[in-house]
Amino acid sequence: MAEPVRTTLSVRERGPTVGSLVPSDALKDHLPGVEPERRLNDWGRSERVEGFFDQTLVEFFYRYWFRAEVEGIENVPSSGGALLVSNHSGALPPDATMLAKAIREEHPHPRPLNITVEHFFKGYPGFSALLPKIGCVAAHPANVHRLLHDEEQLVLVFPEGRKGTEKLYKDRYRLRRFGRGGFVEAAMRAQAPIVPACVVGAEESAPVFAQVGLLKRVTGLLYFPITPTFPHFGFLGMLGYLPAKFKLRFLEPIEFGEGDSYEDKALVQTIAHEVRARIQENLWDMLAKRRSVWFG
Amino acid sequence: MTAVRKQPARPDARDSRRILVTGLSTYWGGRLAQALEAFPEVEAVIGVDNEEPSVELERAEYVKVGAQHALLRRVVEAAEIDTVVDTRLVVDSNTTSSSKAHENNVIGTMNILAACGGPDSPVRKVVFKSSTHYYGCEQDDPAFFDETMRRPHPPRTPIERDIVEAEASLGEFAERNPEATVTVLRFANVLGRDVRTSHIDLFSLPAVPMILGFDPRYQFVHEDDVFHALEHAVRNRTPGVFNVAGDGVLALSEVAGLLGKPYAPVLPPWGTGIAAAALRRVGVRIPPEAMNQLRYGRGVDNRRYKAAGFHYTHTSREAVLKLGEHMRLHPVVRGAKERYTYEREVEEFLRWSPHVRRSGSSQAAALSRDQIADLQRLLAAAGNEDDGGPSEEDRLAAAEESARQAEQAAAKATERAKKAERRAAEAALKATERAKKAERRARQAAEDAVERASRAAQVPAQQESPPRQPVDHYDELAAEEVIALLASLERNDLGALRDYEREHANRARVISAIDSVLARG
Repeated sequence: MAEPVRTTLSVRERGPTVGSLVPSDALKDHLPGVEPERRLNDWGRSERVEGFFDQTLVEFFYRYWFRAEVEGIENVPSSGGALLVSNHSGALPPDATMLAKAIREEHPHPRPLNITVEHFFKGYPGFSALLPKIGCVAAHPANVHRLLHDEEQLVLVFPEGRKGTEKLYKDRYRLRRFGRGGFVEAAMRAQAPIVPACVVGAEESAPVFAQVGLLKRVTGLLYFPITPTFPHFGFLGMLGYLPAKFKLRFLEPIEFGEGDSYEDKALVQTIAHEVRARIQENLWDMLAKRRSVWFG
Repeated sequence: MTAVRKQPARPDARDSRRILVTGLSTYWGGRLAQALEAFPEVEAVIGVDNEEPSVELERAEYVKVGAQHALLRRVVEAAEIDTVVDTRLVVDSNTTSSSKAHENNVIGTMNILAACGGPDSPVRKVVFKSSTHYYGCEQDDPAFFDETMRRPHPPRTPIERDIVEAEASLGEFAERNPEATVTVLRFANVLGRDVRTSHIDLFSLPAVPMILGFDPRYQFVHEDDVFHALEHAVRNRTPGVFNVAGDGVLALSEVAGLLGKPYAPVLPPWGTGIAAAALRRVGVRIPPEAMNQLRYGRGVDNRRYKAAGFHYTHTSREAVLKLGEHMRLHPVVRGAKERYTYEREVEEFLRWSPHVRRSGSSQAAALSRDQIADLQRLLAAAGNEDDGGPSEEDRLAAAEESARQAEQAAAKATERAKKAERRAAEAALKATERAKKAERRARQAAEDAVERASRAAQVPAQQESPPRQPVDHYDELAAEEVIALLASLERNDLGALRDYEREHANRARVISAIDSVLARG
């Protein structure tokens, strides 16, 4: 049998016997119902575990350590699917949890945020059990589509991906390449707006001084960074963030019209560039206004 | 439950009336045959397998065939089967050796499809029971597989390879026979009271074994939903591939919680295979395909079959809870129910003997399983009501109700008896007709032979031309089928057949068989 190659951009591949009686829009009505006795949802997200972290670690970092400041929270829609796109940094990136916490704390209609992570984590013991519990899902196009279109939830993506967290301190706040525009395709297909977001402070809180290729191979991790507290304080040293002041800014959503087609590669690339340019511009702007790394 | 738009199931315009179930001795085959024979519009249920049925059947007939189902075509044609339900796929490598599983899954499926295909085949619908093992379990899987997705990597375990191959031949069959309805149902892990799977074995342990650092997502389907789903595919027109799995995807730790058991992360994340081999020594067998599932888990999108009109009776969570109840109850009630054993002579006597009387009175006494269940439910309901305050009226009503039910059952039984009579008459008619046809054919053959002989005499030059096919479609027949035909042929025809065989296929077995028939005179 010929082996289909899965590209990151395509959700579907045609099988030989697939005949469908129903268009995919009608399937929305057949989503499984919520079982109130359950404490996990179908993605493996656990109220209990998430709540525990939210009230302890995340609360501490958000309120007292990073003293996060939020602008433009009204740009996050209070209903319907939306794709949040942000810059990414830090060895164990604090930006995702801070964005999720910001929406939970500041938004008039707090909503859970689904954070997309690399497939790598599903295969690494420990991460594999923990990450889904606190609201992380694998960055598979089909997952993003189901969340945005069928379940109408908020999804956070980091188009820079690993290239963002790998980059060294000297390259801080310089956005890497935005993948192949897959996130724009996903949003367009789901007819969900894109909400760009900028995070300032994460780069200084977890500076990466070097990457050690050999240790990366030995531990089987995605990368093996040298930070102020890692590896000499062990894995908990990953949480040894410096108390930089966090500033989060949500930009105006980018909506898509009916006529826009996700199959139009040129359009997809144009929008991806535009999103990247807007985040970069706003980052420069926020950095220019910042007087101190630690006090804002 | 969210609002489920009620969609009318589409009844098949061309009803399934004569149904062949493969894998009759498997739990699914037996259960499905039981369900199908209860429908009055179903004329015939024929079950084939190489082992004897494990459940009691009322009018379904059992035909013993080889594991490869090589002679199935003749059964299909003789009984004019219009629907074939294939339930015999092995999806658990603990149940049999991998070579036997391959023989059954790949070669068996191929032969069954060969028996159903072709322009002159009476089969119009094929329902195939497959498994979500088709998708495999890998690191870069989507959280929910839908039917249009293919697995991201080639299959690694033998069972998964078999399933992919079997489905490929189904796809080919559907392409070649566009007029046939082909339904493939991919079932998630099955849980239930009567079914045995390696996952149920794992859950029966004092603690649920897990791989350290992993909490995979699992989706289950209750055993009742499995055969309801097969039944739905038989009674409605649902072409295509469908996932069948209960609503809700559970984490394995959640499953352990629902079963009321602790979970034991006894398998190390690295060197899991070695640890599993050690566990096998102490009697805990984890098949390779379940190993991947214990690591990465799997969820499927079950909405398409719901949209095709199917309603689940259990969610994944409810299936697990049911299993938990059964496990607590099992040690108490074990052995209370007698197991059914198939006895050929008894079954044949009951079906065919002219001395078996299916009169209304004797049948009314023997209520069918469902009717008894209904009655019991009714009585129980009446009993519950009594708890609040015993009222004579309720009990009277219940009694009346049960009496009415019994009456209905009696009426139904009479009807069934009548139908049986009618069927017998029909069969007799058909037999006469068939005999007449055979006579006609024989006469024609004789005429043909005479004509051929005279033509041969007239035109000696044409002697060079190859002998005609002595039997229609002779070239398509397998050696065994030819040999089976020999006894019915005339001497001259046998000679012609011998010449023809020598000229064409020249199969030593066939020729020696013809010679032996000729020698016997």
